[in-house]
Amino acid sequence: MTATKPRPNDLLHRYDQAGFYDELFGGRDQPAPHTALIRERLASLAFDDIHRRSDDAARELYNLGITFLVYSEQEAIDRILPFDVIPRVISAQEWAHLETGIVQRVTALNLFLRDIYNDRKIIRDGVIPEDLVIGNSNYRPQMIGLKVPFDTYIHILGVDLVRDGDGVFRVLEDNGRVPSGVSYVVENRHMMQRVFPDLMQGLGIRPIDNYGQKLLQAVSEIAPPGISEPRVVLLSPGSYNSAYFEHIFLAREMGVPLVEGRDLVVQDDRVYMKTTNGLAVVDSIYRRIGDDFLDPRAFNTDSLLGVPGILDAYRKGNVALANAIGTGVADDKAVYCYVPRMIKYYLGEEAIIPNVETHICREAEGLAYTLDNLATLVVKPVGEAGGYGITLGPLASRAELDDCRTKLLADPSNYISQPMIPLSVCPTLTESGVEPRHVDLRPFAVTGRHTWVLPGGLTRVAMRKDTFIVNSSQGGGSKDTWVLEDTSP
Amino acid sequence: MNNLLARYAESIFWMARYMERAENLARILDVHETFSRDDHGFKNWHTIVKLNGDDQRFFERYDAASAENVVRFYILDPQNPTSIVFAVRAARENARTLRPWISTEMWAQINVLYNKVQALDSKDIALPNLTHLCSEIKEACQTHSGITEGTFYRDEGWYFYRLGKFIERADQTTRLLDIGYFAIMGSAPDPRASQDFIHWHALLRSVAGYHAFRRVYPRGMAPAAIAGFILYNESFPRSVALCAREINGVLTRLKSRYKLRGGSAAMERIDEILAALSSRSIERVIEGGLHEYLDWLQLRLSDVTSELTRSFFGQAESEESQQQRQ
Repeated sequence: MTATKPRPNDLLHRYDQAGFYDELFGGRDQPAPHTALIRERLASLAFDDIHRRSDDAARELYNLGITFLVYSEQEAIDRILPFDVIPRVISAQEWAHLETGIVQRVTALNLFLRDIYNDRKIIRDGVIPEDLVIGNSNYRPQMIGLKVPFDTYIHILGVDLVRDGDGVFRVLEDNGRVPSGVSYVVENRHMMQRVFPDLMQGLGIRPIDNYGQKLLQAVSEIAPPGISEPRVVLLSPGSYNSAYFEHIFLAREMGVPLVEGRDLVVQDDRVYMKTTNGLAVVDSIYRRIGDDFLDPRAFNTDSLLGVPGILDAYRKGNVALANAIGTGVADDKAVYCYVPRMIKYYLGEEAIIPNVETHICREAEGLAYTLDNLATLVVKPVGEAGGYGITLGPLASRAELDDCRTKLLADPSNYISQPMIPLSVCPTLTESGVEPRHVDLRPFAVTGRHTWVLPGGLTRVAMRKDTFIVNSSQGGGSKDTWVLEDTSP
Repeated sequence: MNNLLARYAESIFWMARYMERAENLARILDVHETFSRDDHGFKNWHTIVKLNGDDQRFFERYDAASAENVVRFYILDPQNPTSIVFAVRAARENARTLRPWISTEMWAQINVLYNKVQALDSKDIALPNLTHLCSEIKEACQTHSGITEGTFYRDEGWYFYRLGKFIERADQTTRLLDIGYFAIMGSAPDPRASQDFIHWHALLRSVAGYHAFRRVYPRGMAPAAIAGFILYNESFPRSVALCAREINGVLTRLKSRYKLRGGSAAMERIDEILAALSSRSIERVIEGGLHEYLDWLQLRLSDVTSELTRSFFGQAESEESQQQRQ
């Protein structure tokens, strides 16, 4: 290992990881050897040069319309997801550990879903409280007793991971309904290849651009039996959805039509799409519409996005859906606390990637602890997505804490609390230089017959100084995530 | 065979139409700016509003048909379905729907044009800058055509693209001729006046037809010859006759190649147009009223669109497409 000598105009010379675990520099006393070459290359870049390339990348993202919609009170604004050009790098060993942990997790979640929609053994054995599962608003009685191909319910899982002060990866949240973000993973890589080919050369970065093909394979595998070339479509809520760009991206990568509810009709429990030559059968649907809006006849009757009758076609086995209906009960923030026990129960193993310590406010003990330690805890509503409604105890004002306390007491079972994890940082380009910013990681697992994990995932970065909130809806950005090839003999 | 999603076919058709419309609006404004350079001012700018059938909508929001108001109405006004901003935005919305289908280069170019047009302000549309702006927009639309020609995959979608393009072009040619012809004949009915020579010249240039016209008619500038050329010439790319023939050919190939059941009614409508175009000389058309004849053509072209919508774009006409069919 060679130590890089700091030079006076070195881009990283004055960089201070501020006591946090750093994705490029490692822990306080454990330097990250796998990033040595990358740090050296970064250090040799002039600040002006890296800034110019960063501006080029932003302009290109805007011109390509790689954007998401943000809704303010009056209007919808097309924004690019801020892209930071300094990559996050994961070693081959770290990744091998994460990959195994993610496969373990998705396996357990699928076993759990099969169980709760069939025998309910885990409930009878008292591992998880019945009302948390059966009484969950995301539990779908329509799924009871229904057999799904390969017993796979969650075909696409996004796992939100954070890295704590000791460099330990922990699961913060599972996304097993319609997880998004994978398009940015691939687009960020393309952008880096265009803007920083010199930084990447010869490093042995694992490729990621076969995601679409892996997804198509999984969605085709689950098509009704006896169809040699199933017709697959991607069902989107439409161009006003904030993730519409991703729907476009995935439809292209899979080479399948992107349809909306109005393009599909159900006749005699079969799903058809409207073509220039009349109706054509659809066999398998990658749907980016939540359960609630999928079938106005079965769920939310006001929904104009869905396809009336699609549930019946699904129940008859005439069409496949990915993800399956009713997976929301497995990625619920309250059920999340039980996942390590689930893993033990179904697989007889310890969780390879641990959870973040979590207090369940629906339980008296958890509520009491939370109320007593409000100022040091993060309190999250269990039903919200996108980082909304979160109170960060250590950063909250007195009034915010009081407000949080009131809400907790009014509806304890809507909340969980967790210690404030000092999220790891990664060097990030700012106006004034390279500074540490907090990051998380969302890897994606695709499961049909087997599970495949995309190497790396989406690294989200809190672009504002000192904030832990990485959500795109709240000013977060993203980085390219490099998983290095295993070079050990 | 996997046929095209009906909604994609519709979006491709309208994307092509709106880009073609944006180009032609730029041409109309440009040629009009030339007409108004000498003192016909007010009256001339009103002609453009009248001939587009926009009188009511225009005067709902503007007091007078001043050059400034009319130019604003046709370039910047997002509420006006015949403005450049509206056309480019609609093209971009359709392109956005089609992003899984069209090439990245097509999308990016339309998106950049849209961002540019959105950023236009009063200074950009001031009369001294108008010609420059119009040619920029025209060239952006031509760039779109070039990128499309070079990158758009040639399957069913390509045929709907061509249908949209030629229907819109034929329609816009009738409007351009209408506006130009009456602006000149209405202001000074003496076609031999030298001032008018300049105007006929400008009209032909606005459809990029001056040199082609000269090849057919080396001498003179008779109004009937010019109108006849713009309507009937079989080799002139913006003539109504050439567009109608293209539409007919595209429909025939579309049906045979992709075994589409629908589309017969649209073919009948286009046959009517072709028959009308070949059965009357331009002199007889002018005698009977050129404006009325051009109106009739516009209505028949609109019928073709309705038939395409009914046959190929999904059974029920969605609200959205009704809005688009301005």
